[in-house]
Parts: sequence; C-alpha cells; structure tokens
Amino acid sequence: MKLLTHNMLTSHVKGVTNGYPLLIKATEVKVNQLDFNPQFVSRMIPKLEWGALVQAAEDLGYRQDLPGELVVDYQQNEEFLKKVHRVLLEVEVMEGFLKCPESGREFPITKGIPNMLLNDDEA
Amino acid sequence: MLKQLPKFHCNDFPSSVSFFQLPDAPDHLTELLDLSADERLSILATLLRQGSLQGSSIIILSPLMDRPARSGVMAEGIVLLDNVDFRLPEIKALLALRGKPFHPCENFKEQSPFWCLEDLSEDDVRSVMARSVCAKSAFELWGHGQTDGELRTSLLNYPPQSMSPFMHKDSTYRINVYTFNKTLLFADRIKKIDALEYLPFEGTVSLKTPQHIFCLLEDYGSDPNNIPQHPDYMYFGRWIADGQRELIRTHSVKNRHFIGNTSMDAGLSLIMTNHAKVKENDLVFDPFVGTGSLLVACSHFGAYVCGTDIDYNTIHGKGRSSRKNQKKAALFDAIITDPPYGIRESTRKTGSYKENPKLPDGNYVESHVPVSQAYHLSDIFTDLLNFSAHHLVLGGRLVYWLPIYRPEYCDEMVPLHPCLQIISNCEQTLSSHTSRRLITMEKVKEPEESDSSAHLSDPRFSTYQGHNAFREKYFSGLNKRCGKDDTKYFNENK
Repeated sequence: MKLLTHNMLTSHVKGVTNGYPLLIKATEVKVNQLDFNPQFVSRMIPKLEWGALVQAAEDLGYRQDLPGELVVDYQQNEEFLKKVHRVLLEVEVMEGFLKCPESGREFPITKGIPNMLLNDDEA
Repeated sequence: MLKQLPKFHCNDFPSSVSFFQLPDAPDHLTELLDLSADERLSILATLLRQGSLQGSSIIILSPLMDRPARSGVMAEGIVLLDNVDFRLPEIKALLALRGKPFHPCENFKEQSPFWCLEDLSEDDVRSVMARSVCAKSAFELWGHGQTDGELRTSLLNYPPQSMSPFMHKDSTYRINVYTFNKTLLFADRIKKIDALEYLPFEGTVSLKTPQHIFCLLEDYGSDPNNIPQHPDYMYFGRWIADGQRELIRTHSVKNRHFIGNTSMDAGLSLIMTNHAKVKENDLVFDPFVGTGSLLVACSHFGAYVCGTDIDYNTIHGKGRSSRKNQKKAALFDAIITDPPYGIRESTRKTGSYKENPKLPDGNYVESHVPVSQAYHLSDIFTDLLNFSAHHLVLGGRLVYWLPIYRPEYCDEMVPLHPCLQIISNCEQTLSSHTSRRLITMEKVKEPEESDSSAHLSDPRFSTYQGHNAFREKYFSGLNKRCGKDDTKYFNENK
C-alpha cells in the first residue's frame, strides 16, 4: 500500500462518522525506486489531505524533513516535489494493519494490498 | 455430412460471427469456408447446438465481412468491423485531447471506411494516430474523385509547392495501392501506379526504405457479393502515420499471466481508454477492477491507475483485494469500468441479510470471507454514477458498459445524473437479443445536495431492478426462437 492509496482510504464501518485518517501499524515497509515525475506529483498535491500524509510518513519513520504545512510554490520546488514523490509513491507498506481512529477496527494489509472488506455485522 | 444438417435461421445466432480456421481443423469443417455467409452461420449454429464444436479447432471471431467498417483520419481505416460504432467517439476524444475540433468535410458518412477531416496539422494527425486503435492509417489528401479523370483534375489542382518537398529529385519514395472490398492482381496495381505518371515525381523509387510513401486508395463499396468493376471513389495522398492496432496484439489477454473469465479484450480496453480521454499523469480508477485489463490499457498511455474489487481470488494475481472509500471529492481524472452484470460474474456487495449477524470469533481472521449480498444492477449503476459525480474532476469522464436486452432497449433507459453529460453511446452486439453499450459521460458540474439521488426512483431502471432480472432476460432468449421477432419488435419501437 502506497501512502497515496492510504490518503484516499477511509473506514466505513457502520456507525463510524469520522473514519479518517486511518492509523498505520506496519510490520514490513519497503522502499521502491520509482521514476520521479514532477508533473504527476504537482498535480496530485492539491488533491491530497496533506496532514494525513505527513502523519502517515511520520508514523512509518519516513517523514525526514517534510514540512507540516504545504509549501506555497511547490510546483517550482523540485527538491520538495522529490520528497513528496518519495513518501507518496516509493514508500510502500507490505504487511501490517490500518486502524480506524473511531471504532478501533483493524484492516489487514497483506502483500501490499489493504483489505477494507467488512464483516457481516459491520456493513 | 454438411448437407444433412438441418438449417437454423441466422437470427438464432449473433449476427457478427465469422470463422477462422486453425490448420488442424477436421475435414468437414474445412468445407465451411466455401459456403456463403448465410449457410455457414446456419451450419455453425447447428454444430454449436449439438455441442460438436466444444474443444474443437474453430475460433469464432466477430466480424463478418458483409458490413463496412474500416475508417481512418483522412482515409483508410479500421479492421475490426464490430467496432464501427466506437470510431467516431474515439477520434473526437483524441482530437479533443489536442484541443482540436472534429471538422469532417462535406459528404461525411460515419459508416464509410474513409473519413476526410479538415483543419488538422500533421502533428495533430500524428498525435491522434499515436493513440487510436480504431483508425488504421492517416494520409495527407492530395486529390480524390469518382473517376480517373476526376482524380487527375483534383490532383493537378493540388498546389505544386505543397507537393514538391516530397517529390524533389534527392528524395526516395514508393506508391502503394490499397483497395477496400476488392483484391487486385499485382499487374493491375502496377497499371494503376503507372497511370499516375502525370504527377511530378522526380525522386528515386525505393521499395524497402522510402522517405515518403504515397497511397492510392480505392473504395469498392461494402457489398462483397456485388463488387463493382471500377471503384466507387478514389483518393490519393501522402501517408502520415498508422494507428495502434498492433497494441491489441501486444496487450492481448492471451499473453497475460493472470486472467479471469470476464477479462476485457485488449482492443476494447484501449478504445475505452481513448473514449475516457486518459492522458499522461492522469489518475484513473476502476471500481470493479477484476484482473485489471482496463488499467493495463490506461497505464500504457502514461496514466497512474488504481482499482478495487470485492473478489479475493480474482485479485490474488497480486495479493489481497480491497474495497476503498474515497475520502475527498474530485480526485480522479477518469473512471473506467466494466461492472459485473451477473452473467458470468455474480453481482455482490459486502453486507448481510441476517438481522442479528453472528459476531465473528476473535479478531479479523486473515482468511475470513465476508458475507456478500445480492447487488441489484440498478443499484450498481446508481452507485457508479453518484460516485463518479463526486470523485471525478470537472471535465473528467466516466466510461462503462451497460448491458442491454435489445427488444426492450431505448435510449431513455441509459441512467442519467444531473452532473454527468452523455458524450457517446455505442453498441456492441452480443447476440440477437442482447448487447452491451459503451457509455461515455463527462462531469459538467459539481454535485449539490439535491443531486445526490436525483435519478434513484426513476422508472426507467425497471430493467435492472431486482436481483438477476437482467440475467433471466439474458438467458430467456436462448430457449426460444426469438431472434427474428425480436429484431422486428426492436425496430418498430426504435
């Protein structure tokens, strides 16, 4: 699971009103080398929940010096875009759990794919 | 043996079927090739009913060569006859990606294998052809006409200064003759080329590595049983680029490591990608990803892709499946999908019918398979449209397949949403009574409170209301000889 995916996921257990962002408990994290594409990263940044991304990177220990607030002129700031590229696309959680912040329900991540399917009583 | 088989009417069978034979076909099937299309169809229908073809060596492919179907930007075109309907939306979408309008010349006919378009630069044409799987080749049109004389006059009127860069004496060239609906003898082709001597060719002929390729294109109509002596129309032009038909081979489902029973054909996946105007750096989503055929096509054109599915086993090519809920609005540049109709894949969603479902024992066991419940087709489309209205960017496109029971179909049955505008609606016939339609919609405004379920109670959805209602209709036609009557009914109600 890339952090880009994590940024889009929310818990939808019945009764949960604020299932976002999901907490990450990783047991295996992999960093893949991926071609840097500044156009794509620039286009994705306004669509991101920035706080959730920074928190996720922090939890995994890959935040490095990523600022808590989005820089204004990020489109021209290649160094910044590279950092975002790294946490967004290169860091990948292979095994672990996603935890719903409200209900505490844990969603397993196996072989890099989060399983958000609910049990009978939760849907 | 063939003659002893009882005849069935062709309407028992999909209209667009023809036969391709493998070398090891049994002898009695070889004879099929010498028969007329009608006879072949009836015999094949018989064999299929008898089960004689199971595991045998005939591959059934659509197309049948009696419908016209080739197309192209400014000329020659497509081979897959089945996809005639898909050509116009594809070319329009690809031109729109370049910011170019679609300007057909006078006498434009959508069904013709040759299209002439105006107001395009060579770069525009190259960029369209770099994506198109419907168009075969594109040419710069130098002259055209119904007779040799007309063609000659037209060519001599073409500005010499536009010709000379490609004809000067240091250049190399070759001339091809393409015919539609007729095969010419080699000697006749040479004669046709020789007849063009009035053109000021000064360069050297090079058959293998020419700098420029010129083509004489001849249209012999679309009726293979009544081929005229002389072409109905002729075009002459300079070849610019070919389409991407070879992508269908490179992305063929046959070469995949992992496929499912509804994996989308590579050609159609590419066409859907083009209809969706997917471009480099886009983020594309498929909510019913299955084995990912659609996303393979998107990623080929440089898009970033993601997908979800409910089925554990299907996604197991990679690992576990997921079903994600999007947190924010306006995330995806395109959503393209092939929802399950309940024919070959069941329609399910997570959830339970039990009023007091049993609590799971212990924690969320890895192997736990959640209970899934029936998912009505109407709900699938409602959910899909609502989801798209919320999560597409403005101008982003939703492209999906809608199953159709042909005797009852009318355009008003296509689900609507106030935020989504229908761009195109193309039919792919599956049998005499069923087809599927490729629906392309574009998001034109952001959803408001009142829009969210605007079309839920619409009676038009009755076809898809009720679990498996469509499935029952789909299979109903197999038990009765409804083909002919259905078609009549269908036409009357159009």
